[in-house]
Amino acid sequence: MKLLIDSLQLGFLYGVLALGIYISFRILAVPDLTTEGSFAFGLSVSAAVTSLGHPLLALPAAMLAGAAAGAVTGFLQTRWKIHPILSGIITMSGLYSVNLSVLGGSPNLTLVRANTVFKMVPFLSKNDAKTVLPVVFALAALAAVIWFFHTHIGMCIRAVGDNEDMVRASSIHTGFCKVIAFCVSNGLIALSGALVAQYQGYADISSSTGILVVGLASVIIGEALFGRRSVTLGFISSVAGSLIYRYIIALATRYSPLPAHMLRLVSAVIVALALALPALREHVETARLRKGGGQDA
Amino acid sequence: MLEIRNAVKVFEKGTPVEHTALNHLNLSLQDGEFVTVIGSNGAGKTTLFNAVCGTFLLNAGRIFLDGQDITYMPEHKRASMIGRVFQDPMKGTAPNMTIEENLSLAHSRSTARALSIAPGKKELGLFRDRLAEFNMGLENRMKTKVGLLSGGQRQAVTLLMCTIVPPKLLLLDEHTAALDPATAEKVMEITRSTVENYHLTTMMITHNITQALTTGTRTIMMDEGDILFDMSGTERERTSVDDLMRMYSVSRHKELDNDRMLLEK
Repeated sequence: MKLLIDSLQLGFLYGVLALGIYISFRILAVPDLTTEGSFAFGLSVSAAVTSLGHPLLALPAAMLAGAAAGAVTGFLQTRWKIHPILSGIITMSGLYSVNLSVLGGSPNLTLVRANTVFKMVPFLSKNDAKTVLPVVFALAALAAVIWFFHTHIGMCIRAVGDNEDMVRASSIHTGFCKVIAFCVSNGLIALSGALVAQYQGYADISSSTGILVVGLASVIIGEALFGRRSVTLGFISSVAGSLIYRYIIALATRYSPLPAHMLRLVSAVIVALALALPALREHVETARLRKGGGQDA
Repeated sequence: MLEIRNAVKVFEKGTPVEHTALNHLNLSLQDGEFVTVIGSNGAGKTTLFNAVCGTFLLNAGRIFLDGQDITYMPEHKRASMIGRVFQDPMKGTAPNMTIEENLSLAHSRSTARALSIAPGKKELGLFRDRLAEFNMGLENRMKTKVGLLSGGQRQAVTLLMCTIVPPKLLLLDEHTAALDPATAEKVMEITRSTVENYHLTTMMITHNITQALTTGTRTIMMDEGDILFDMSGTERERTSVDDLMRMYSVSRHKELDNDRMLLEK
């Protein structure tokens, strides 16, 4: 039972991360490595502000921090024309130092004595709040992104990811659209980090290592179940994918002989296999055609 | 409406492969004129369109649109005044977005507030009416992803996207060349009625000389980055395809070498 509840909580917390990843990975069609930095940025800012006694303020502060990180990547990519992957790597590397200084020069910060949003919900115990709040935040974020990507600006961003040449030839500023998209994406990723910090009661800078793969796994698992039909469905399936991912991980740690530190490797393999699926399918198809062709001739 | 003065564009300047694509070209279009553009391969037809759209800047010369100097205006700013349809049906639309979303993108770019829901209710009615004019049944498929449409249907949608907010100038770059003959004729028909109904100043590149002489109000032939012939009115009406070919070889001492042009002669 505890395992089920824990996975549900984590699934929704990291569901917010999955929404951010969906924006960069599927809508802009760029895997954005800023994620690794902006998740930790959200984590650190949230922990720092919370330890100063403002757990609520910590959340918008973390989102702003993440959005700023996204803006830097967007700027490097669109204005300075640096390769998309490299732009993310540059921002991510720079953020490492920023995060350390936000945490006061140490790689971790405990919030054991601090007040967190999970202790502030009226009528709910801390444990209940740990279930209710992630659901509320994830659903609110879900509603917000679905709305945003159906507004005019959201539509422009989707078009940039879909057919950039066309958008460049229309009067829409492609660079501006991309920067906005990176801001929204990394803002969400940082919010996810911010919630995780308060949920765990500590911030550890290394917890963001490999977080991009976690997000990608959620998005891909979601797509495997729901297909790729519309953005609305894409966002919903990303959150659902995050939940399923957590259950897979929970089962893997409980029943498999693998030690917990092998988890990221398992995630990496899941993502690699899922991404390889189209190529594998083609391979099988070719092999079948060859066989069939031989019979007819 | 459009005025090009002494336009020069040289590619790979200062290298052995230096190539003058526009050679002191002058052109002036009146409001509502429909000009067809023909010319052999590499005559500079598409370069002319690219220069007008701001894909690159000219080495020399000036471009005015509706009295405004747009010579150094960035591409996306010009795009609000210029509609352009390419030969490749994949180029003008976003394949993973629906017909109505694509149209909304084009329609609301000038008017909508960034955070208003798109497409709005009023827009949908307008899109339905305009699509119905095409008689292709697209008005009943507005929630279909554009990527699922045929080439002709995509070009029709692109044409509507370019004209739903009437542009100051419409540029058609062999927009029916990738379509089968029947579909091409259908798209041409839509083009003619749209240009006429909305009184659009238009330039159309085509490799079909018959079509060039029978469509629109004026025909120019380009060669080596400049305009070789420019005819309109009765002069154009009296000119046949063979006349045009003869005029070309006499003035250039060579045969017209546009393979597709000759095929469709």
